[in-house]
Amino acid sequence: MTSLNPALLFLLAGVLLPLLPSATRRHCVLIVPLVGMLLLCLTPYGSYGQGDIFGLQMVSYRLDKLAFVWALIFHIAAVIGAIYAFHLKDPVQQVAALIYQGAAIGAVLAGDLLTLFIWWELTAIASVFLIWARRTDRAYRVGMRYLIIQVGSGVILLTGVLLQLHTTGSLAFEHIGLGSLASWFIFVAFGIKCAFPFLHNWLQDAYPEATVTGTVILSAFTTKLAVYALARGFAGTEILIWIGATMTAFPILFAVIENDLRRVLSYSLNNQLGFMVVGIGIGTELSLNGTAAHAFSHILYKALLFMAMGAVLYRVKTIKASELGGLYKSMPWTTVFCIIGSMSISAFPLFSGFISKSMILTAVAEQHYTWVWLVLLLASAGVMDHSGIKIPFFAFFAHDSGKRCDEAPLNMLIAMGIAAFLCIAIGIYPDALYAILPYTVDYVPYTTTHVITQLQLLMFSALAFAVLFLSGLYPPEIKSVNLDTDWFYRVAAVHVLTPLTNAAKKSTAAVFGTTDRLAQFSLNRMNDWVGPKAWLTRTVDSSGMVALVLGSLLVFLLVYLF
Amino acid sequence: MSNQLPAIVLLLTLLAAPLCSMMRNGDHAWKLAVSSAWLSVVAAFALLQQVWGGYEISYHMGGWPPPWGIEVRIDELSALVLVLVTLFGSIVLSALRESLRPIMRSHRHSLYYTTFLLCMASLIGITITGDAFNVFVFLEISSLSTYALIARGRDRRALTASFRYLIMGTIGATFILIAIGFIYMVTGTLNMADLAERLPAHADNRVVQASFAFFTIGIALKVAVFPLHYWLPNSYTYAPKATTAFLAATATKVSLYVMIRFVFDVYGIEFSFQQMQLGLLLVPLSIAGFLIASLTAVFQNDVKRLLAWSSVAQLSYMVLGLGLLNIDGLTASITHMFNHAMIKAGLFLALAAMIYRVESSKLSDLAGIGRTMPYTTAAFVILGLGLIGVPLTAGFVSKWYLISAALEKDWLWLAVLLIASSLMAVVYIGKIIDAAYFKPVSASHAQVKEVPPIILIPCWTFALLTIYFGIDTRLSAGLAGRVAQTLLGVGS
Repeated sequence: MTSLNPALLFLLAGVLLPLLPSATRRHCVLIVPLVGMLLLCLTPYGSYGQGDIFGLQMVSYRLDKLAFVWALIFHIAAVIGAIYAFHLKDPVQQVAALIYQGAAIGAVLAGDLLTLFIWWELTAIASVFLIWARRTDRAYRVGMRYLIIQVGSGVILLTGVLLQLHTTGSLAFEHIGLGSLASWFIFVAFGIKCAFPFLHNWLQDAYPEATVTGTVILSAFTTKLAVYALARGFAGTEILIWIGATMTAFPILFAVIENDLRRVLSYSLNNQLGFMVVGIGIGTELSLNGTAAHAFSHILYKALLFMAMGAVLYRVKTIKASELGGLYKSMPWTTVFCIIGSMSISAFPLFSGFISKSMILTAVAEQHYTWVWLVLLLASAGVMDHSGIKIPFFAFFAHDSGKRCDEAPLNMLIAMGIAAFLCIAIGIYPDALYAILPYTVDYVPYTTTHVITQLQLLMFSALAFAVLFLSGLYPPEIKSVNLDTDWFYRVAAVHVLTPLTNAAKKSTAAVFGTTDRLAQFSLNRMNDWVGPKAWLTRTVDSSGMVALVLGSLLVFLLVYLF
Repeated sequence: MSNQLPAIVLLLTLLAAPLCSMMRNGDHAWKLAVSSAWLSVVAAFALLQQVWGGYEISYHMGGWPPPWGIEVRIDELSALVLVLVTLFGSIVLSALRESLRPIMRSHRHSLYYTTFLLCMASLIGITITGDAFNVFVFLEISSLSTYALIARGRDRRALTASFRYLIMGTIGATFILIAIGFIYMVTGTLNMADLAERLPAHADNRVVQASFAFFTIGIALKVAVFPLHYWLPNSYTYAPKATTAFLAATATKVSLYVMIRFVFDVYGIEFSFQQMQLGLLLVPLSIAGFLIASLTAVFQNDVKRLLAWSSVAQLSYMVLGLGLLNIDGLTASITHMFNHAMIKAGLFLALAAMIYRVESSKLSDLAGIGRTMPYTTAAFVILGLGLIGVPLTAGFVSKWYLISAALEKDWLWLAVLLIASSLMAVVYIGKIIDAAYFKPVSASHAQVKEVPPIILIPCWTFALLTIYFGIDTRLSAGLAGRVAQTLLGVGS
């Protein structure tokens, strides 16, 4: 009984959910992940659900230490998400969330590539409904783009899997490593879901457009699933270090100038993924532990931040930085929770981000990747800037927007409270998290050096903030605030960057415009060739058809006889 | 009793047909037709169970031993096709009464059931017979009844579509007759097993080679291999709705079965593929076929026509698998024959249900149908996913084998083309889903209700079967794999 795959439980509940009355539905959404978590914790490590599908050996449920970390945090995220969405009556979102969460858990527990692919595609299909559920025209179009990219990732994965099967004769999902053509296909498929640079746009495009609760749920699963898949298949692949380092650095620039606070968080999500990807690329036990731990704590604080922003959106109906401010008077609890999330993501000592990120940084230093280490350090400072200060400051403090609203609903506060509690608990007592990591941990986060270094970084940011604020240099109305170790060139950078990004936007628009026109043109030509009235598809008269048959016969006879 | 099953499975429908024609009451005729059809399903499954594992049944009609008498020969492949024809035919027939109602007055119904049963009986006959001339006779019966079935469409264009099919079908059948005549001339026998033994000795005979050319063209016409597919889209589009479901499921599939039977068994694989290089003709034609037909389907505005073009593409997959001439390819071909019959029958039936209410199959008229007819549309979506080849549906299994077959040949480009064609399927099914769920309900159809259960249940049966055969592939791919090994002469 205990070896029942929790993913199947989610799936079954998701399918049966619409049949339940709406009052019971939301309880069901909450109970399912709790039961799933119980099942997961009772199951001993091992492989279950083995079977043969058309002659191929499948392991649909493989539980080991690596998979366990992810499966556990996915369950926790599902519980928090269910509480946060407890007020919802929309069956579409409830069903989509359950199936999406189940698919992500199923993918993490998949022991072979084909099972992985099946769940992989299901996450794509189920999650898009969380975007569409916003029921705006824009959400519809964004969802379509998102779906195309996600399904595309699945198709690439399937191609890779098929090639892998063909070359190695095995479907087992173990270490793959870059090399063969198959592995590149699989790598790119993972990379799309993991939002590698240049493959990342779907994330910032789609997440801010989902529903209030949808974004919270989306933020936890898709990308972390990809991180897991990379950790499983491509640990120690050096190119990942450079990809990851790029991922930590470049989103900061965009996050700084972005006005939509949920989009700021999406960029910051990308940046956090970078740390994990670097950890995978390093590939030592310490760094993989760091990646797992960071994924764990990241899901919690990122969900917390998205929940806080979601609560603001829910109450105020806008999430534009320029329209918010002074909300701490109306939403004190949300403010507190958001600050806890910010401190976690900025890696303050005694918060969860500190104990996980420092593992990755230490692992990088141990392997003597000096430049990467510097980039990560810079990126950490950037995180402090855009997520640690920008988010809470613009939403809850800054100039008073004059908006007054109610505190977030009770269920949202409870969900945020649980996440905040876990953030602090992990930060204070990291051994609990360290105990479940894939490898044995002999790492001590709270050494004097670590704490002092981190505090210096953070204190300098705070100092810079104070100096700017008091001297009036701080620009109150524009979209970004630049307080960090590198504030002196960043203040100027705002003025340089804004026209630059505007130019970038313009040129992308131009490129897209051209491709649009090109696409329209080729569509028209296609329609001429194969459309309903085109020569290829129009009704051929009988004599034409007979001529065709005789012609073919002639060709065949000629081929056969001569 | 059970050793008479090969005769019974044919006679059930063949004898019910004239009885139906004598009945004035359409409802009674329908009950008779449905019960005889479902009994033949039982018989078909009993036969499948008898040959399961690679056995063969040889039944001598009237006690005359072959090669003088007519032999009925059933192996696993024919049993699978038998199940396909009877089971899917019966499910469609169950839904037929309701969907005929708007088209014709009820006292005419009995004649329609007669034709339907005749068509089914002749398809069963083609499947089980071991006699080459019998194949031709049953092929003619099935063609004639098909013309009548198509001509009953409500649209006047059904008549021309039927007439065009008649011309093409007759040419095809004549070619097959010429081919059979030629080999009879050379070998002096009509029994297929006997022919298979004698033909290799005459492999260099020009007459045999010419007969092969006539045969391939004739059967390619019936299978609708590109570019001989032109009769298909119109016939499917203008035939009465539920009938299309039956034809799409069975007629072309049985023709494909005949093709496999003759190419691999009668002419023999060495003659067909090494001496005559059939693969060289089939592979390029089918590749062109699935690319062009998929692309065409993308640009159609009428759902019926779209599905008809998709049928052409899917048939090309089957022919391609056959032409690749490896175990995976042949397995894909046979599996897809079964799976696609199921999926396409279901799709056409679900579409018939929509047309039953909306009275149009234009994409623009079906806008918002997902809200007014949620259950029918949900079934349609499941089947559509099967057509695309989404995992856990039957379509995925056959695509998987087909792509494996391409990779086995190290033809990466072919795998890429197959995936591209699948993506086109995503687009054309996506177009329908988009219209059904995301477009506002068009005002003229805002009041339509869900169809009665007698139509809905068959649709959902197909949808659930599609999922079932996506998971349990013993009957489809398992059997097909064994058959492929036997046909290619590999293994046991």
